[in-house]
Amino acid sequence: MGGDSNGSSAPCESSFVKMMPTIKFTKLFINGEFVDAISGKTFETIDPRTGEVITRIAEGDKEDVDVAVKAARAAFDHGPWPRMPGAERGRIMLKFADLIDEHAEELAKLDTIDAGKLFGFGKAVDIPQVAHMLRYYAGAADKIHGEVLKMSRELQGYTLLEPIGVVGHIIPWNFPSSLLFAKVAPTLAAGCTMVVKPAEQTPLSALYYAHLAKLAGVPDGVLNVITGFGKTAGAAVTHHMDIDKVSFTGSTEVGREVMQAAAKSNLKAVSLELGGKSPLLIFDDADVDKAADLALLGILYNKGEICVASSRVFVQEGIYDELVKKLQVKAKEWTVGDPFDPKVRQGPQVDKKQFEKILTYIEHGKREGATLLTGGKPVGNKGYYIEPTVFTDVKDDMLIAKDEIFGPVMSLMKFKTIEEGIERANNTKYGLAAGIVSKNIDVINTVSRSIRAGIIWINCYFAFDRDCPYGGYKMSGFGRDFGMQGLHKYLHTKSVVTPIYNSPWL
Amino acid sequence: MAARRVSSLLSRSFTSASSFSKGRSSSVSRGIGKYSTAAAAVEDPITPPVIVGHTKLLINGQFVDAASGKTFPTLDPRTGDVIAHVAEGDAEDVNRAVAAARKAFDEGPWPKMTAYERSRVLFRFADLIEKQNDELAALETWDNGKPFEQSAKIEVPMFARFFRYYAGYADKIHGLTVPADGPYHVQTLHEPIGVAGQIIPWNFPLLMFAWKVAPALACGNTIVLKTAEQTPLSALYVAHLLHEAGLPPGALNIVSGFGPTVGAPIASHMDIDKVAFTGSTATGKIVLELAAKSNLKTVTLELGGKSPFIVCEDADVDKAVEMAHLALFFNQGQCCCAGSRTFVHERVYDEFVEKAKARAEKRVVGDPFKGGTEQGPQIDSDQFEKILKYIDYGIKGGATLETGGEQFGSKGYYIKPTVFSNVKDDMQIAKDEIFGPVQMVLKYKELDEVIKRANNTRYGLAAGVFTQNIDTANTLTRALRVGTVWINCFDVFDATIPIGGYKMSGIGREKGIYGLQNYLQVKAVVTPLKNPAWL
Repeated sequence: MGGDSNGSSAPCESSFVKMMPTIKFTKLFINGEFVDAISGKTFETIDPRTGEVITRIAEGDKEDVDVAVKAARAAFDHGPWPRMPGAERGRIMLKFADLIDEHAEELAKLDTIDAGKLFGFGKAVDIPQVAHMLRYYAGAADKIHGEVLKMSRELQGYTLLEPIGVVGHIIPWNFPSSLLFAKVAPTLAAGCTMVVKPAEQTPLSALYYAHLAKLAGVPDGVLNVITGFGKTAGAAVTHHMDIDKVSFTGSTEVGREVMQAAAKSNLKAVSLELGGKSPLLIFDDADVDKAADLALLGILYNKGEICVASSRVFVQEGIYDELVKKLQVKAKEWTVGDPFDPKVRQGPQVDKKQFEKILTYIEHGKREGATLLTGGKPVGNKGYYIEPTVFTDVKDDMLIAKDEIFGPVMSLMKFKTIEEGIERANNTKYGLAAGIVSKNIDVINTVSRSIRAGIIWINCYFAFDRDCPYGGYKMSGFGRDFGMQGLHKYLHTKSVVTPIYNSPWL
Repeated sequence: MAARRVSSLLSRSFTSASSFSKGRSSSVSRGIGKYSTAAAAVEDPITPPVIVGHTKLLINGQFVDAASGKTFPTLDPRTGDVIAHVAEGDAEDVNRAVAAARKAFDEGPWPKMTAYERSRVLFRFADLIEKQNDELAALETWDNGKPFEQSAKIEVPMFARFFRYYAGYADKIHGLTVPADGPYHVQTLHEPIGVAGQIIPWNFPLLMFAWKVAPALACGNTIVLKTAEQTPLSALYVAHLLHEAGLPPGALNIVSGFGPTVGAPIASHMDIDKVAFTGSTATGKIVLELAAKSNLKTVTLELGGKSPFIVCEDADVDKAVEMAHLALFFNQGQCCCAGSRTFVHERVYDEFVEKAKARAEKRVVGDPFKGGTEQGPQIDSDQFEKILKYIDYGIKGGATLETGGEQFGSKGYYIKPTVFSNVKDDMQIAKDEIFGPVQMVLKYKELDEVIKRANNTRYGLAAGVFTQNIDTANTLTRALRVGTVWINCFDVFDATIPIGGYKMSGIGREKGIYGLQNYLQVKAVVTPLKNPAWL
């Protein structure tokens, strides 16, 4: 089907393939310097539009993590970062944000060639959002309030919210910039230092950001970036005895390993933002056209490579058939192609492994008896493009309704009553997000409170906001990113108590 | 020990053995000798390195003449000469300003913009302020008389800091979801209150602007601001920059002029939703009354003080002397929270008085534009006369004038740093707010006694506590009926720290997270829940 239904005959051979930015940073960033891996090893980072090598990147290993942790430790234990007022950290972060704005185009290009993300969207939205995120947390750096307590005896008690120390961050490849800053920005505001491991698929922008951080005045050792693989660099971070907290975003399987490593090493604090199989519930009173748009966006945005994708769409029976028709038309209008092309809405999957995994799930879906409404095949013959795919008549126990596919594959299901919708929506090991499409306030309020998920979008989807925390219930993880909760993850509470004498009030 | 400290300090500052002698005549005559050369300098004032660019009212984003066409002179306190003639607003101008603010609030765009967009405007404004730091500081000093170094190194940077701080709050103004006793979904929306009337004093024209304007704008309100008639210039200057940073017309309006003709129409206006006033307790009462008589607008007041500074027997006397000195003399003594009752434990009292006097005599008075000047002129002739009158009360009431007590030089409104010892609680100088460079030192014996005496005032703005003992510090902290307690420090005014008065020092708190509440309405939103999964 490829070109005829999705508007682009040969996405990978378009002229946009030439829009390669110059790659400036390929080494590890430790203690304010770009350095080779101790082993001297490098690995390839691949352009998912073509499968070709973009460049070779220093491959960090345990020894490099050790050096980075030492730098972060020294910067935390003796350096200026946690010792300067929050307002001053905020000033440096504001500068950092301005530098990102100045380099938005170049940064967007890096994420496009590295992750296959839409360039226009990256330049106009993703990268500016990163600067906004930094500004948000810059403004939070001097608003970290402890509490003065109401003690039950003649005691004066208060809490200090102290930076937790050296933080290890493990970042996924689907949002190399946004998810990096969901972690880095609050960590900076809190006064912590950190060792960041970007995904091996998408190391480029993280190194560029490290360079800008230094320019902005972030002291050496505060932000260290170790590029490399999960089994080596990631594992070294999670097992490290001198890292005080690890924050991981990625798959549920790897999340489990992270937590185990923390348990086996120094019991470092852990927060996990993992997989999802998020339901979108569309009720009979919904505007079907708008609901179809939302459902498609919910699964196709970022090629379906997003943990909160609405991969289970539950439609109330009264509008099910009409919605199916709409989806069929709209899915075909969804343009797949080179992410540098401004007309394109969907680029390639991040790598061969994901590409093949998604196609395997599509086969599972067909075999298990779901109806393939549209899509289901690769687009073109180069790179990792996949058609927007919609399955109807999906049953709750089919593999495509249970597992996180992480691709442009929607499972459409029919339900009758609110109670049934809620029960089936909750019938998953995940609990990251949910969407509700209805105008009925009672339905909305009931469903909002009943769904066991960290964020509920009502008549919208992906309405992320810096001030709005999100994170998982159940096996979607624990801890929240964004908002002031996203900052409090990087703080310890210390209670301070002293007797008082002759107080006129208690 | 004490004696050694006294002599070592004196040997550094004054060599004359006569420094030990008490009594008015000797110290004053020596004081005159010391001040004579500096006094000559104030006779020939330095030309301020700034041009006065804005003298009109600011209404709906435009600088306009007063409806009446009238102007009033703003004076250089160093000389009493006219700096500029400024448009003199009255009730009609207030009406125009309120109409503009009302429209800007009701129709937007300011409250309808995203909070983040508002924050960007305020961040940009702070950056513009930093670029004009010295011009702005010069204007502030020219109009107010405070040392230029204080304006340039402390107050203008702090002004920018305030705006950045509240810019950072704009997108973090959180309501709550509330657990009601029943199947209800309850949330609180923190909404901007509407049009805020703000009346600010002359002692910190820029900082008072920041304390009031920054949180009000961050919350999405619009403003009608009245500056003090003594110091109208810097607000107009920064307002220009605020619009350059992207503030929409009508969000901030400034009506320069006098209390009875501009302040009163603001306080009694039916279309102003909130009034915030900083100034004297007497005027604060009028503001509150006018709000009560008009539309019951909410009122915050930050008023006078007679703040105790308590030096405990274990205190490091040298440090305590220095801190008590700054607590009182900072900004020519023109601070609402000035430590104007210095209570010193009897064990260290004599040593303290000696050193406080020596420190006051060392204080560098002179042209505020001159480097190294610690103290410029008082704001105007009214204040100047009032302070001298209080000094006279002090002498007649039987307090011991240790040093100072008269005009410095012969031009402008300079007053010599003045220290009274042997002050009793019932003397007028121990009861009234003098608002000038006059330090009152009182003696005490017991902690309970000093608590009682420190609280024996109608004011309750601030207090200083000087001790190394945590139990003493905690006991005093909780017992003092004041809005701020500074322990081993004083006048720490970061944007994060709330300030405000107990008793007749005012109502409400400014700065910090508390400062937001003044500019927000809370709306509770309640919906029944059908079949909720949990409550």
